[in-house]
Amino acid sequence: MSRSRKNRDLAAIDGKRFSMDGALTVLSVVLLLIVVVIPVASIIYNSFFFQGHFDPQLFIGQLTDPGNLSAMWNTIKIAFWVTLLGTILGTFYAWLLGRSDIPAKGLMRALFNIPYMFPPFLGAMAWDLLLNGRSGYLNKLLVSVFHLESAPVNINSLGGIIFVEISYYFPFVFMQVVSALERMDPTLEECARIAGAKQMTVIRKITLPLVVPAISAGALLIMTTSLAHFGVPSILGFSQNIFTLPTKIYAVISRTGGSFEGIRQGAALSIMLVVVVGLALILQKKLLSSGSYDIIKGKSMRPTLIKLRGAKAPLLVLCIATLVLIVVVPLVMIFLVSLVRAYGLPLIPENFTINNYLKVFKADGTKGSIINSLMLSVGAGIICMFLGTLIAYVVQKIKPKGKEALEILSVLPYSLPGTVLAIGVILAWSGALFGISLYNTLWIILIAYIARYLSFSMKSSSAALLQVHPSLEEAARTCGASHMESLKDVTLPLIRPAMVSGFFLIFLPAMREVTTSVLLYGPKTRTLGVQIYALRDAGMIPQAAALGSIAIVIIIVCNTIVTEITKDRKGV
Amino acid sequence: MDQVVLNHVTKRFTTKTLGDIVAVDDFNLSVHEGECFSFLGPSGCGKSTTLRMIAGFEDLSEGTIELCGREVSSKSKNLYIPPEERGLGMVFQSFAVWPHMNVFENVAFPLQIQKMNKTDIAQRVKEAMRHTSLTGLENVYPSDLSGGQQQRIALARAIVTQPKVMLLDEPLSNLDPKLRETMRFEIKELQRKFNFTIIFVTHDQSEAMAISDRMMVCDMGRIMQIDTPENLYNKPNSRFVHSFLGESTFINVVIQDGKVYPKGDTQNPLRLEIPPDAAREMVVATRPNSIDLVGPSEEGYPTHIEKRIFLTDRTEYLVPVGEQMLKIQVPHRISFAKGDACRIRFISPMWYPAEDDAAEKERQRRQLV
Repeated sequence: MSRSRKNRDLAAIDGKRFSMDGALTVLSVVLLLIVVVIPVASIIYNSFFFQGHFDPQLFIGQLTDPGNLSAMWNTIKIAFWVTLLGTILGTFYAWLLGRSDIPAKGLMRALFNIPYMFPPFLGAMAWDLLLNGRSGYLNKLLVSVFHLESAPVNINSLGGIIFVEISYYFPFVFMQVVSALERMDPTLEECARIAGAKQMTVIRKITLPLVVPAISAGALLIMTTSLAHFGVPSILGFSQNIFTLPTKIYAVISRTGGSFEGIRQGAALSIMLVVVVGLALILQKKLLSSGSYDIIKGKSMRPTLIKLRGAKAPLLVLCIATLVLIVVVPLVMIFLVSLVRAYGLPLIPENFTINNYLKVFKADGTKGSIINSLMLSVGAGIICMFLGTLIAYVVQKIKPKGKEALEILSVLPYSLPGTVLAIGVILAWSGALFGISLYNTLWIILIAYIARYLSFSMKSSSAALLQVHPSLEEAARTCGASHMESLKDVTLPLIRPAMVSGFFLIFLPAMREVTTSVLLYGPKTRTLGVQIYALRDAGMIPQAAALGSIAIVIIIVCNTIVTEITKDRKGV
Repeated sequence: MDQVVLNHVTKRFTTKTLGDIVAVDDFNLSVHEGECFSFLGPSGCGKSTTLRMIAGFEDLSEGTIELCGREVSSKSKNLYIPPEERGLGMVFQSFAVWPHMNVFENVAFPLQIQKMNKTDIAQRVKEAMRHTSLTGLENVYPSDLSGGQQQRIALARAIVTQPKVMLLDEPLSNLDPKLRETMRFEIKELQRKFNFTIIFVTHDQSEAMAISDRMMVCDMGRIMQIDTPENLYNKPNSRFVHSFLGESTFINVVIQDGKVYPKGDTQNPLRLEIPPDAAREMVVATRPNSIDLVGPSEEGYPTHIEKRIFLTDRTEYLVPVGEQMLKIQVPHRISFAKGDACRIRFISPMWYPAEDDAAEKERQRRQLV
């Protein structure tokens, strides 16, 4: 088949020993070596070797440390409940918005996607402000209204962490399932009705089994994200000494002030975390078959919407309540607290001031942090856009021997927790290799971001390149274009929209990144997320809330721009 | 007995882009027991919507539907029986076999829903699978089967409950032409064995002609004509039905002083009997094979051969008639060369009022829905 034809064959016929394709392949191997292989190898090496000797002592010590074991246990517990409940919640709302006649679907769908772009650690901050065991606003209110002895709800608990993570991660399942339901042939369900099945039976026996692959893909995403998640457990757990593996790694390193010993301990913990993630992935695969059914068939017809009749009003109320709880409450809370003169004062207009916004810009490094984040996000976005396209081109079109390894290498960091990646980057690029030390510079954060987000742009470009038939480049060659020219004038313009969307897929999460930056930042290289985190840590909670509000505005503005730009894209 | 009866059934939609659409406008029809009845028409004519109303997937805007003597939908009584309680069999264009169940489970599903006991289910499924030539494929999953086999699963699943009425929604359009013919035959065969009533929706006229006892031709949400295939072909009551079934040629004519002149020719009249209620401008409709093509010395309208096309089983000639071009198909033995003078005679043509463009525009608007 023509699809499997390689571009390289031409170069081979040319008889050139060193072609452009060869150069591209070598280049992508070298770049992957720098951003992926060396950091990962460094972690493994440093966990087991010390000054060149095999030294398993440290690793065994970390593995048997009760604190670490309890952190591991917490990580698993949180991930389990978040995955389970988030999946149920996501599937339920997906069905409600995808198949029932509940009103205001479009608006609600847009709102349900908000948690997806909202940084979870800001949400955790908001809930901490409301339901902190000692000083939460809502807790204080409840105590005084009902004359309680102590705070009724304490968000600084495993339950609290699970709750906040669910509210930010259930959209993973929600979006997957909504799109599966939309693409599903409605006659599959209608046929079951004709066969005599009641509505509930159809849902149970036909609809649900058919969307299982979508549910399982979403659940997998929730699970790996939750296992690796740093923001929420660090904000809600530290005060109560509740640790997860990612927060434990951070704690170990910050306790030792970034010493080599601390970083080595972190590396050992990283290996534990990676093993947990790996085991969870295997378990998930065993539990859920992720085979995909061919459910997109037939003429496109609007699916028959299920009439909720009497249940419509209560379900609508439930939807609105959920949206208020997960979207409105945290947003409003962050905004209100950003206005208050001092944390703890009642949230009434008399106590409001805009001073926090002025103060936050005078605070050390705020302006710098915004600029840093912008530079890092744009930089990582652009570099990944080109690097990802380069690797995608090599894998899809040049197809050198061992292209699978290239592909795996570029996707690997995506399944590595951000914390682990950060440790790897520190170990690799703070003087250990060739004496290059990037520690405390923006470069080290940039490398971590590139490694972390590379797979986003690679997947985006890869999908587009698959659509570009080899004959298009061949046609250019017969028209007299060189290989380079055909690449530049034909292939690249065709996949440009995919490259642009790859850029934004990276830019947006990078703007709100905190997990890796919090381990990598130096005095002058704070990012936006780190700055909010640091302000809060220093007790300047209203200022942290003010900067959080600014971050939210930036994210919303960027998102709107992205949606506008990508709305009517042409090409493949 | 009439098994499916539609009384004044009307369905109105409101769409954002096109405003109000009357998808089904006052349909009245009754389908007899054991009959194979087709709904035929171009897309957007309302045939699928009507079928979906009978199945219970769409509400009515007005009217009533009766199935086997029982009212199942009635707007005035606010009655609506859900699809699962209508006791129908239905086969969809997309086959709609469930990919997560094997062949046996697919076919057994309706019986399991009825909570039939296991031995009976096994017996009935075996029977249904035998009648649809699926025996031996019980444990296979649909994705491993061909389109024709998937369609057989859908058929087996529909007949396994032995319903009185079977709804077929373009069941053959996803199959290749050869298989289509075989399946058509198999469906008729199943009908003979199980004696159910078929309502068959299609936009393929030859398919409908071959399978139906009677058919309904509809257009733009209105019933145009209900009759047997033969009568529909020979006595279409409208220009639309005439052109929809088989090949048609139309000649616009002007009637003057009791004579019929083709448009653009005031010299030579067409020798036709004028119907009593004819207006000044009319359309004469005929089939390319219902025109006599004779030499210039014989009786008929004088013209010449403009173009000659040799087809496999007949020869086609284009001859000018007034300002229009008429298509004639005759056996090979009648042979003329390009430019030859000739005469033509119409064999029992149909007369229709001249149609304006408005109807055509409305048809196009609906097809966008």
